[in-house]
Amino acid sequence: MLGFSTQELTAIALSLKVASVATLCSLPFGIALGWWLARKRLPGMLLLDTVLMLPLVLPPVVTGYALLVLFGTRGAIGAFLHDTLGITFAFRWTGAALASAIMGFPLMVRAIRLSIEAVDRRLEQAASTLGANHWRVFLSVTLPLAWPGVVAGAVLAFAKALGEFGATITFVSNIPGETQTISSAIYTLMQVPGGESGIWRLTLVAVAISFCAVFVSEWLVQRQHPRSHA
Amino acid sequence: MKARAADMPLDAGATPTWLLDFELRRGAFLRSIHVRSTQRVIALVGASGAGKTSLLYAIAGLLRPQRGRIEVGGHCLFDAARGIDVPAHRRRIGFVFQDARLFPHLDVRHNLLYGLRGDARDAPRFGLDAIVDLLGIAPLLPRATAGLSGGELQRVALGRALLSQPRILLLDEPLSMLDMDRRDELLPYLQRVRDEVALPMIYVSHYPDEVRRIADETHPVG
Repeated sequence: MLGFSTQELTAIALSLKVASVATLCSLPFGIALGWWLARKRLPGMLLLDTVLMLPLVLPPVVTGYALLVLFGTRGAIGAFLHDTLGITFAFRWTGAALASAIMGFPLMVRAIRLSIEAVDRRLEQAASTLGANHWRVFLSVTLPLAWPGVVAGAVLAFAKALGEFGATITFVSNIPGETQTISSAIYTLMQVPGGESGIWRLTLVAVAISFCAVFVSEWLVQRQHPRSHA
Repeated sequence: MKARAADMPLDAGATPTWLLDFELRRGAFLRSIHVRSTQRVIALVGASGAGKTSLLYAIAGLLRPQRGRIEVGGHCLFDAARGIDVPAHRRRIGFVFQDARLFPHLDVRHNLLYGLRGDARDAPRFGLDAIVDLLGIAPLLPRATAGLSGGELQRVALGRALLSQPRILLLDEPLSMLDMDRRDELLPYLQRVRDEVALPMIYVSHYPDEVRRIADETHPVG
């Protein structure tokens, strides 16, 4: 198949799995937080906003190290999850998903927040006079109207998760078949002689996936604009 | 005097349809209203900016008054002293907004059906067919809201409000976005709703002739 080696195919499949799990698991939190930031005005909001954006600006290796300290088998949260729920993050693909989710979270929340801010609150008022409680207003008016932005945010997070390297390799290392994603596979191939053809194949795959993700995201955002003025 | 009147025993006369006695502070502005009326259809009139819309919002539960109470047809919706504040979605108030506010992601039919849920769906007092006939909106049902004219938007908004099975109807200048011809076209529908639906109604407007054709009693605001 285009000369892909087993290791390369494994890395591609793992990347897709890690990015999908990272996106789907963080999406409910992203929607909740995006709504909260769009609709609530509380003191300390600026601080929360700043903390949320940190993974985007911190050196990824710092985020990765923080994850290792917190979610490692002896970390405060990691030990608890390991003992009570049997979930292990350290040196597992789940850890790669966690690192990717955290790195993509700022992008996801920002897109969702903007799209919820663009929803006309007067429509939500109209829904409540028609007998809809807060939940139904959210599910039947706010979310459908913000949907393109929500999808765009998820796609951005997915793309970010695919490209994640620094935090992931710091937190869960580079284990073929377990934590070796496209990015870390390329990194490994760069260390060995004769790895160029593999690097090229993986690079093209990364470019293709990222291009599609961002294209879909941009398309969805543009589609939302005429709607919000209706 | 007004506050006492409502505390009088029932034998002192029929329960008033409207007992609106509250104060609403919005920024530096203070709106207040004192209406006690046994008429079914009343109008609030006043210049633009007099706070008519804010008062309607308070009745619908979209704004919270600082003090006072709101009772309609014997139902208490708000009473600051007794700590009663029925949330907007349980007040069963049909609100027709000045700007219609149809949901852009739903077609006309689904806009109409939005409030027709739960108990109301099984034995609605106002059914879809009857309301569609009353307002002459049958041809609009499959259409998107984007292409509707101002008069059509308001008729659908009125139908949507009625189908939510309200106990009260509040109309906030439903004609103000329309030109004169459209106004004359929509007014008969409003009169039909007033006569056939027979709900307590508040009509807000700053056009005296419109008010005369709709309301039994007029209360100045501001």
